[in-house]
Amino acid sequence: MIEARDLTKLYGPKAAVDHLSFTVEPGRVTGFLGPNGAGKSTTMRLILGLDRPQTGVALINGRRYRDLRDPLRTVGALLEAKTVHPGRTARNHLLFLAQTQGLPASRVEEVLALVGLQDVADKRAGGFSLGMSQRLGVAVAMLGDPEILLLDEPVNGLDPEGVLWIRNLMKKLAAEGRTILVSSHLMNEMAVTADYLIVIGRGKLITEASTEDVIARSTDKSVRVRTPDADRLADLITAAGGKVVRGAPAEGAGLLTVTGLESSRVGELAASASIVLHELTPLASLEGAFMELTSGSVEFGVPGQHQANAGRDPANAGQDPVNAGEGSAR
Amino acid sequence: MTTTSPVTPTREPAGRHAGFANLLQAEWTKIRSVRSTVWTLVIFVVVCIGFTALIGWLTETHWDGPRAAARDVRAVADPVGFILGTGIGLGQLAICVLGVLVITSEYSTGVIRASLLAVPRRIPVLAAKAMVFAVLLLVVTEIVAFCSFFVGSAILHAHVQVSLSDSGVTRAVIGAGLYLTVLGLFALAIGTMIRHTAGAISTAIGIVFVLPILSGLLPSSWGAHINAYLPEQAGTLITHTQEQSGDLLSPWQGFGVLCIWTVLALAVAAYLLERRDA
Repeated sequence: MIEARDLTKLYGPKAAVDHLSFTVEPGRVTGFLGPNGAGKSTTMRLILGLDRPQTGVALINGRRYRDLRDPLRTVGALLEAKTVHPGRTARNHLLFLAQTQGLPASRVEEVLALVGLQDVADKRAGGFSLGMSQRLGVAVAMLGDPEILLLDEPVNGLDPEGVLWIRNLMKKLAAEGRTILVSSHLMNEMAVTADYLIVIGRGKLITEASTEDVIARSTDKSVRVRTPDADRLADLITAAGGKVVRGAPAEGAGLLTVTGLESSRVGELAASASIVLHELTPLASLEGAFMELTSGSVEFGVPGQHQANAGRDPANAGQDPVNAGEGSAR
Repeated sequence: MTTTSPVTPTREPAGRHAGFANLLQAEWTKIRSVRSTVWTLVIFVVVCIGFTALIGWLTETHWDGPRAAARDVRAVADPVGFILGTGIGLGQLAICVLGVLVITSEYSTGVIRASLLAVPRRIPVLAAKAMVFAVLLLVVTEIVAFCSFFVGSAILHAHVQVSLSDSGVTRAVIGAGLYLTVLGLFALAIGTMIRHTAGAISTAIGIVFVLPILSGLLPSSWGAHINAYLPEQAGTLITHTQEQSGDLLSPWQGFGVLCIWTVLALAVAAYLLERRDA
């Protein structure tokens, strides 16, 4: 179990983490979600004792990280920042870490096999692709067979196969009863991976709840409408207070994404004007929910972008090849 | 690359806890598994022995050239310094670079994060690193010191008669290795404080090579006193065959002064390592 209690980290006058408290329970994947610059990585560094907080304390099974003996046997971490010397081989990197924990060299071979790096174990890590580097990072995290794992943006930059691999690994580890905290700035990614979400923005806790609840709570629902009379319907919807985004021509003419109106209301408007509808689909927008939660706390936000994204993303939901594959597998 | 051999979670960490010996083992793995360490040591060995031989040969072949009188005085008063001086003078550059690199390469590559996650109480990391590095340096520098001495004295044997049994000679040759070893630790401390390779190398070299020049510009009365206690000036006294007239410190006192500098620098380095965010 991981407990963050009132953590604050200031860089100069600016708080990267601002009186943040949460608990991460074992046996499930907890998503740590927030826009870029929300303080996710800093929070992880505070938990891992790499940075000192100005207030508060982070506890791992009731103890501070620095008070753990052989910490890699309790906590495994995959940081977003680099942690490997490019001139050192994967095997030697794992070997020196194993030695610090009193682990046998045979454990190095086990984790190399676990992540599928046996064949390149004696190659220097500087020549590794992003995917291989992430696998080495996972090997480091798993070295001490820890009951707690912290993964900072583990799927960033990975190809779909790599993304699936990490996802399935996390689920399997959680099913074994381990505590998994995984950060991401992508709501869609979290929706298919995490059982529970901790959402932060500007270093503050925005919400924590099960992933289902966060999605269900979304008020920013949107409706997909397909009609041969798109111009007229769009005018009606706008007049009724809704917002309309036109679909791209590639998606077929007459595709509208409506926000701000229930699907029933869109149907009534169409009926009252005798407009034929070919499709009327209510969409729950994950990105929309996330944008809404964090709209007050985007670090490098562009005014007005929220609406544009909220309108566009639902139309793309389900078309992400990785998400689609995962969805059918579940 | 699909993989998944089963993980077998062992809830209770199995086996004994790791001790300081495990840390020493890990630091040794680190130091030997990176090419820059190995190459810098090779360069050190080549430069030291090579320049001792080269300068010795040039001196021997041009023995009756100009400035022979001053040289003869030095060769008699301090034959070990005369033979080893050039090699040590250049070799200490490589030692400074190596001492700095051993720690700053961890910062530049991010390995320091892996190291500190593994050993979150940080001072043992520095202690283990310093010990492993010191033993490695001591072995290499003593071998180099004796090789240089034998090579140099063989080349110069016609004019410089010196043997290990002469008074102060063995101490001075061993002292050359001791000086370079402690200097390497001093550079390690500087690297730990500054964390950036270029800045730390500049600082270490500034202290070793430039400070003595600057202090030489001071008015002689107190310039000489400051000069005598600088790390390099005090530390190299142990490589001299005999105390020279005008030396403010004995060879071992001088070495002691270098050791005090190094211990202080390591203490500051340990404090900063512990205090700062990694």
